[in-house]
Amino acid sequence: MTKIVVITSGKGGVGKTTTSASFASGLALRGHKTAVLDFDVGLRNLDLIMGCERRVVYDFVNVINGEATLTQALIKDKHTENLYVLPASQTRDKDALTREGVERVINELRESFEYVICDSPAGIEKGALMALYFADEAIVVTNPEVSSVRDSDRILGILQAKSKRAEDGAEPVKEHLLLTRYSPKRVELGEMLSVDDVQEILRVPLLGVIPESEQVLQASNSGSPVIHADSTDVAEAYKDVVSRFLGEARAMRFTLQEKRGIFQRLFGT
Amino acid sequence: MSLINSLVDYLRRSKPKSATLAKERLQVLLAHENPGRRGGPDYLPALKQELLAVIAKYVKVGPEQIKMNVDRQGDYDLLELNIVLPEAPRT
Repeated sequence: MTKIVVITSGKGGVGKTTTSASFASGLALRGHKTAVLDFDVGLRNLDLIMGCERRVVYDFVNVINGEATLTQALIKDKHTENLYVLPASQTRDKDALTREGVERVINELRESFEYVICDSPAGIEKGALMALYFADEAIVVTNPEVSSVRDSDRILGILQAKSKRAEDGAEPVKEHLLLTRYSPKRVELGEMLSVDDVQEILRVPLLGVIPESEQVLQASNSGSPVIHADSTDVAEAYKDVVSRFLGEARAMRFTLQEKRGIFQRLFGT
Repeated sequence: MSLINSLVDYLRRSKPKSATLAKERLQVLLAHENPGRRGGPDYLPALKQELLAVIAKYVKVGPEQIKMNVDRQGDYDLLELNIVLPEAPRT
């Protein structure tokens, strides 16, 4: 049974595409056949983060309009087996995504993929609504910052009211909270909302915490999802997220500032 | 060392923590913006309509004259109802 998972947030710039790329790669690394879809029509970026921008021939809208088959448009990922990317169109607008068209594409993907990851655009307009409409599960990417938390709350309300599952009166979309750009040091100083604070406010089960890291920019510079940055905190944190999503128990890591002794405080870096 | 620690603690405590402010502001804001989502009462709109109907039997008030909020204060929820009565009530 294929699972449709939307990566959403409301707010822009919180790490949806970074998360989509690494989460989809992580599922594929674990042997699950996965497709990752860019719903940001007009502002496609997933192809860059996945490092396949020069191999885009056809896109999501071409498939919807019958100008290309799904097989022609899907790009096989060069880093990971079992992973395919469906880029968004760069030249069209959001109206090019019709509900019937998206449903046709998703149903065709169901025939050969275990997971379909939908990378939502920011905002709460058509592209974002389309990305979440067919979702079985939702990963709500949130920064520990007031506007991001507020927008996440909004998008959670929309998931509960405007998804297909909500309209059909089916079992609700399963929600997961993913806290990104987390800085344990600033949390300890009282300058940043803590994991517990955000969870208490949003009341959604926590899937993981991704620490703030320079690695994310380096990964996007080179077009390789950050989960491949071996032995870095971010890559480990994303691998934990994938494991938890697959139902395995993993303790939260990278949420506490390392305790430093008095000499390190005085003389260390 | 404990002296330094308590000094550090003292200095930290004397400043208001901005994360605490953020949390309080969000809790107040989101309780109003999305009450149904918060495990809070989603009967508020219906309750408001019924109250409005009852009050309208006696006093002429519009929906905008009724303000209804649920606030979380520690362990309990507080239902706050604020009705602005017109200057000349209907006889």
